[in-house]
Amino acid sequence: MEILVCVKRVPTVGGKIAVTPDGQQVDTRMSGFSISPHEECAVEEAVQITERAGGSVSVLTLGPEAAIEQLRGALALGAGRAVLLETDGREFGPIATAAAIAAEVRAHGYDLVLLGNEAADTGDYQVGVRLAHELGWPVATGIKNLSVSPGGVVARREYRGGQEAYQLPLPAVITVKEGINLPRYPSLPGRLRAKRAAVERSAPVSAAEGLRKETLRVPASSQHQATVLGNGADAVPELVRVLDELGILS
Amino acid sequence: MTVLCLVELDGADPADVSLRALTLARTLGDPSVRSVVFGDSANVPAAALADYGVTDVYVIEPGTLEGYAPQAWARVLADLATETGATAVLAAGTDRGNEVLAHLGAITGLPMAANCTVVTPDGGRTHRLVRHRWAGLLLEDAVMEAPVALFTVATDAVSPVAAGVSAETPASLQVHVHKPELAEADLVVRAAESAGRAGGVSLATARVVVGGGRGVGGPDGFAPLEELAELLGGVVGVSRVVTSEGWRPHRQQVGQTGTKITPELYLACGISGAIQHIAGCAGAKHIIAINTDPGAPILAHADYAIIGDLHQVIPALVAALRAR
Repeated sequence: MEILVCVKRVPTVGGKIAVTPDGQQVDTRMSGFSISPHEECAVEEAVQITERAGGSVSVLTLGPEAAIEQLRGALALGAGRAVLLETDGREFGPIATAAAIAAEVRAHGYDLVLLGNEAADTGDYQVGVRLAHELGWPVATGIKNLSVSPGGVVARREYRGGQEAYQLPLPAVITVKEGINLPRYPSLPGRLRAKRAAVERSAPVSAAEGLRKETLRVPASSQHQATVLGNGADAVPELVRVLDELGILS
Repeated sequence: MTVLCLVELDGADPADVSLRALTLARTLGDPSVRSVVFGDSANVPAAALADYGVTDVYVIEPGTLEGYAPQAWARVLADLATETGATAVLAAGTDRGNEVLAHLGAITGLPMAANCTVVTPDGGRTHRLVRHRWAGLLLEDAVMEAPVALFTVATDAVSPVAAGVSAETPASLQVHVHKPELAEADLVVRAAESAGRAGGVSLATARVVVGGGRGVGGPDGFAPLEELAELLGGVVGVSRVVTSEGWRPHRQQVGQTGTKITPELYLACGISGAIQHIAGCAGAKHIIAINTDPGAPILAHADYAIIGDLHQVIPALVAALRAR
């Protein structure tokens, strides 16, 4: 089973998120970078599948040279090969991103491509689907349980508090969500191997898409300080009064 | 001008998220809002759709297309967009809505903007829009140039508002049974089993959510929260640390990588309020926090707070509610 996992370098945002003065990107002076939890789970899922069924895991990112840091993170977890689709820092839209990934898939040949359900930063919710159309492969999104057999996969996701299942022939594209597994921590040998590993590079071309970002901004603050109703269990009568006033108890 | 909106059903009714999408659809100039429903034409929720300003509904019956098949649904939208000359096609920003509109974008080669909060036609092929990035922690102002604008609606940011049809123009709704031509490839991926949780309340649609975080202390600490949620007719939701620790299943997670909720009340117990969690609960109408730390970030997003240990406050609240 040859698996490709696509990950994206995004700022690690903790207590606060801020935008640069030109309104073009997230201010990363105070933050590190990571991949989204969905993608951490995609890497873990790929490694688990190959541990059971054999094969190998490649990891791909489209981004600046600095995104090699994220590729090495995935190599440390068990991916065997890393591909950087290097950009000059400009954002690629989802159409160009899918086309660039499709070119790598065609060149190398895979049975399965895993992505996160959506990138943490842009939240476009479509690269996996567009990639599948480029390749003429079936696709399932938002998957939280995956079982792979030689002929195909059964993929399950949540639906209205229950779940629904899809059967897909291989090769296929699957986008996963956090919760599909609990990602492992990298081992020391894994880290050492990742540090030495070669990274294959190519430079895809971007093209203008019909959706153009103008500015990013933090939503008009809904922040305020909560009215404190009291301390500990003594505040419960006041809490009940508020719940009643808000119409929760009727 | 025609706008086409995919309407998901919740039993016999339009899903609340789709009513939110229809509310946004009506703001696109002065459109004829038409909806697409996959279901039995005998059970189309005509009155509810008319209330939200829908003039025409296209029904694809189970005999034509049984169950959920994302690419087939997108093919239907593509055909109907052409047939009606729609200038925009939209859906609620749910798993299904985002997936179907992504397929529609791929089929048509057009851009698709996910999770919009505002969309405004700006002449010709141009729409100006505001959409969520970082699950709504940031807003993006963007311009879409396309013959048909494809987008989904951030359902936690748009409240459902009926059209308020006036006496002079009584609501009337045309129902068209649509029989699409589908290729085999459109039907390769389809939901083999779809089972919404029977009879229960789901996290995404619950009226009350009782949230538990690190402060709950472990997997055994949730019983009082469950009891309170049941008393209030709600469900339990949890923060990310609770699911990463394996205390509760991931489907209960509220947040950027879990479920986005829109309850009347979110009662956040022992939750500090990381921004990824705020992204999931910002759509709550009211937030009340119970936390031992008066400096916890959640207090900057809550309307009310009790400073104290949830292990004392929750049982006391349960007792007080039972005594009423």
